[in-house]
Amino acid sequence: MILNKNLKNILLVIFATLILSACSTAKKSGNIDGDVYTGKETVEYLASGVPDRIFFATNKSSLTTASRATLRKQANYLRKNKNLNVTIEGHADERGTREYNLALGERRANAARDYLMTYGISGKRIAVISYGKEKPVNPASTPLAWSQNRRSVTVKVN
Amino acid sequence: MKNILFVFLINLFLINKSFALIQVDITRGNLDPLPIAVSPLHVDIKSENYEGLKIKDLGLNISKIIENNFRSTGLFNPLKKEAFVQKPDIAHLKPRFEDWRLIKAQALVTGKLLIKNGKLKVEFRLWDLAAAKEITALAFTTTPSNWRRVAHIISDKIYERLTGEDGYFDTRIIYVAESGPKNQREKKLAIMDQDGANTKYLTLGNELVLTPRFNPTNQMVTYMSYFRNMPRVYLLDIETGTQEVVGNFPGMTFAPRFSPDGKKIVMSFAKDGNSDIYTMDLDTRVVERITDHSSIDTSPSFSPDGKYIAFNSDRSGLQQIYVMRSDGSGVKRITFGNGIYGTPVWSPRGDLIAFTKMRKGRFYIGVMRIDGKGERLLTENYYQEAPSWSPNGRVLVFYRETKAGSKGEGFSAKLWSIDITGYNERRLKTETDASDPSWSSLLSK
Repeated sequence: MILNKNLKNILLVIFATLILSACSTAKKSGNIDGDVYTGKETVEYLASGVPDRIFFATNKSSLTTASRATLRKQANYLRKNKNLNVTIEGHADERGTREYNLALGERRANAARDYLMTYGISGKRIAVISYGKEKPVNPASTPLAWSQNRRSVTVKVN
Repeated sequence: MKNILFVFLINLFLINKSFALIQVDITRGNLDPLPIAVSPLHVDIKSENYEGLKIKDLGLNISKIIENNFRSTGLFNPLKKEAFVQKPDIAHLKPRFEDWRLIKAQALVTGKLLIKNGKLKVEFRLWDLAAAKEITALAFTTTPSNWRRVAHIISDKIYERLTGEDGYFDTRIIYVAESGPKNQREKKLAIMDQDGANTKYLTLGNELVLTPRFNPTNQMVTYMSYFRNMPRVYLLDIETGTQEVVGNFPGMTFAPRFSPDGKKIVMSFAKDGNSDIYTMDLDTRVVERITDHSSIDTSPSFSPDGKYIAFNSDRSGLQQIYVMRSDGSGVKRITFGNGIYGTPVWSPRGDLIAFTKMRKGRFYIGVMRIDGKGERLLTENYYQEAPSWSPNGRVLVFYRETKAGSKGEGFSAKLWSIDITGYNERRLKTETDASDPSWSSLLSK
């Protein structure tokens, strides 16, 4: 019995440690959801409340719910500012071959452009450029940095 | 190229291939490199000065370059010169074979040189010490400023004689020289001799440049540049410095390579989120679309006979390697292993495809047969990619990046080479950080 009780205590301590450490790792990667960055650390704003960038999963160019919400805000903003043109810059993280990443960045930028166009923004107002893995916003070699670098950024050109 | 060397074969001495005893097997990793003595070339005292060349040391310096080339192959063990038993001029006439055998040498290289009337005259002999005979000899004349190339050509001749394969020392490597912090890299095109000497920068670093590749005659380079923020494939004439955009594409072109006859460039063109493979004929300017698929198709590489193109596509979901006829028909996936595959490059011998493989957060350089079978992974690391073949198909050069700290510190990009046996991995000396290497063909062929 005493042994059993001791064992129970030990197990409890182990569980508690596990839960605590799980919390701390969750905090560290708390801004990543299924390897898509969800934080605001690197985000800039085209205007108040209009984020300039969206984030992607590894090797993917599909838009998340959050990305679509951001792009709708951008579309709204572009509708209100009819003379404004933009370039969408597509980027990849450093964990892929250079040439494939150039193609991937282009695909990501176009995913964003297509979505803006479905909200009535003329394609003539939206240029795209891919930088592949050449212009990381966060130079660290960590999953967090990679998630921040898998992005497309809408930049005003005039 | 203006300063291209014209090699005049003056005199092919007696060559007797049939009775040589020494031979180097390069088809497997060589754990027992051949001991070879490279005597300093004897400098003829009648030599005249030439534009600041240190003539007295020239014979020694040429022998050092030869030794360095041999050492880099992992197949030869150049012996220390302190142990040498004969003066260069006497050894060149007739070595005392038994004395050289005492220092455990199996092969001996001797030579002499003379600079007269602005010309450098060189001759060398390769001796088989066990058989006690000369097995190769060659003499040639060139401009003295080409003395490093003289050393490389001699190295190639000896390598060919002892291995039965073409050499790869009289070659250059074009690459991207990198500097500055990781998130603001400055990139320039750079070219150097295969051993790291004679580095020249071909662009100023004002715009991002990527993936340079030689044409078959090594006079033109195709690469990608972000000049005026328009990412396009360019063509550069190394001699004149002339640059031009390849084609008139309304979007990004990238991943260029020459066809084996040098007449076409094959590349990717990205439009509306889709990258496909195109060729452009450099004479007629005719553009042909080779692939038409909603996936990413990139990194095309011709087979040496020009009949096939290997490329990278994610049409199955993730990056894999495919092969098709050069008109785009008969597309066949060839990689089915665990992991994803990129950057296929066809061997100049035609028998193998080199590639980058990514699996569980690690990067591998490997080779496989052209049907995708017989995969061999040669090297594993945190990040490495972009293999390029030595002209004899025996060595790959590629680049490797290191992990960066939280501010990007500790990041570096370097060129490495490895034999396709998986042995002899070594870092290439470059003045700066470096990536995207492309190996030339033999310059003197």
